[in-house]
Amino acid sequence: MDRVDGVDDAFIELDGVEKVFEVRRKTGFLKRERRQVRAVDSISFRVERGEMVGYIGPNGAGKSTTIKMLTGILTPSAGRLRVAGIDPSRERTRLAHRIGVVFGQRTTLWWDLPLVDSYRLMHRMYRIPDARYRENLDRLVELLDLADLLDVPVRQLSLGQRMRGDIAAALLHDPEVLYLDEPTIGLDVVSKARVREFLRELNAERRTTVLLTTHDLQDIEQLCKRVMVIDHGRLMYDGPLAGLHEAGESERTLVVDLERELPPIEAPAPARVVRVEGPRQWLAFPAAESAAPLVARIAAEYPLVDLSVREPDIEAVIAKMYAEQAGRAVS
Amino acid sequence: MAETVGERTPARVREGLRAYGLIAAMWIRSTMAYRTSFALTTFTNFAVTGLDFVAILLMFSSVDALGGFSLPEIAFLYGLSSLAFGLADLLIGSMERLGRRVRDGTLDTLLVRPAPVLAQVAADRFALRRLGRVTQGALVLGYALTALDIDWTPLKLLLMPVMVVSGGAIFCSVFVAGAAFQFVAQDASEVQNAFTYGGATLLQYPPVVFAQDLVRGVTFVLPLAFVNWLPASYVLGRPYPLDLPTWVAFASPLVAGVCCALAGVAWRTGLRSYRSTGS
Repeated sequence: MDRVDGVDDAFIELDGVEKVFEVRRKTGFLKRERRQVRAVDSISFRVERGEMVGYIGPNGAGKSTTIKMLTGILTPSAGRLRVAGIDPSRERTRLAHRIGVVFGQRTTLWWDLPLVDSYRLMHRMYRIPDARYRENLDRLVELLDLADLLDVPVRQLSLGQRMRGDIAAALLHDPEVLYLDEPTIGLDVVSKARVREFLRELNAERRTTVLLTTHDLQDIEQLCKRVMVIDHGRLMYDGPLAGLHEAGESERTLVVDLERELPPIEAPAPARVVRVEGPRQWLAFPAAESAAPLVARIAAEYPLVDLSVREPDIEAVIAKMYAEQAGRAVS
Repeated sequence: MAETVGERTPARVREGLRAYGLIAAMWIRSTMAYRTSFALTTFTNFAVTGLDFVAILLMFSSVDALGGFSLPEIAFLYGLSSLAFGLADLLIGSMERLGRRVRDGTLDTLLVRPAPVLAQVAADRFALRRLGRVTQGALVLGYALTALDIDWTPLKLLLMPVMVVSGGAIFCSVFVAGAAFQFVAQDASEVQNAFTYGGATLLQYPPVVFAQDLVRGVTFVLPLAFVNWLPASYVLGRPYPLDLPTWVAFASPLVAGVCCALAGVAWRTGLRSYRSTGS
């Protein structure tokens, strides 16, 4: 195994990894313009064994390209990439035994067959020893509450049930790392909670390294201590979730219902009214500050009926980060 | 090829066949979830392919020979072509759907499994209903063998299974090469059909009814003539198309081997281009 000196537990390592696609565009009759698109642009990061990392970014940012390189589906154009000491694109099938992958929108289960049949296929395809297979299946069935679903054809499962089924399928061979691409997309609140709870336990008890891409920032808030933000193929942020709020200067929103329509509330800066709709007003204030003084002040000066605080929308935070980067790039 | 690092070819072939068997078995069980539908589609497959031969029968109700070939002789060509093509279609015919998998991204789910992709794609949607064509081809060949008065020699007897296996392998390589092309052009399955289904239909008729250039094309460029035309001419004691020497009748296994090797190269190239460009 080749390891970088001095780094003992880096499980996933990327060093200046790039992925360039050549896109051909029609510019006229039979005329094609070749253009290079840099989907991933010199990304470097390390993930240690047992970490749980959120990987976020808008559509087309390069998230899935990165995951595809990490799983060996795509070959990087440049840079060095190792997962468990293996070069994924060169030894795809060897790596396959050590990783689990869940594609949120593409099931790997057999549509017309009972759920358990798909598991039996995994058992044989991954050559999982019988005892270990039984043990893993029993544990996953219990944790993911699949007991009543094993004999049900997959086509009859709900989206949430199927996702749980897919997650179990990806873990039967005891992978050391689990990649999840949008694991909670389209799930109802209960199913989401169950999936998150399971991932937390998996990570805590078995030290499985988890890398997940998601649009649902609650996934990240509830699961990941570390978050990586990617846009235009570049790693824009890598650190704790809390730091992301600061980096993006995010704001919380105080929604105030007054007794009647009034002119915008005069709030102490930096809080300010961002929207007025009849008796309801929206005030933005820095996420890092407490809402209490602001609420006290409004309650004292205005005829208050009701109020609520909305947490910052990370999508907005990230959007703001992108805008700032773009602004910096221009100037 | 990078992917073979640390793995020997025989081991990979064994792995591939094992994966193929596992996946094909899953598809068979999937189809059995709808038994009636399976019975109906198998019968339809049998009947529709049978209609081809009915068309030939109708033709022979008004003529006695086609290009100098009698009905049993045509049946001989037809049966061999259908049997060889039917076997290839049964084994890996679903590969023509590869383009769809590339387009909707489900090919990626196969690439994260510890098994050769070619085997997984070949076994994809394995359809037992395609036995319909094989059965029909075998029946027509059976009729031809009883109706024909062939002067059997050991060599001719040996040539029969060799022809079916080599022919199947030649059609398989066309399927694989066509699928490889779909990595580049995802909607090329119609082009592929022209060579597979089109080729199989072409071979059901004697070469003399076609233009010389076409016969040259399917002999030297896409060597479908080695599926049945050339070896069958030997068995039937007919003159060879294009005045080729006698020994070419026995070249089918060699030609099949070369085709498979080329198809393998095409597949690797296609897969590599997919893995370096994405979808």
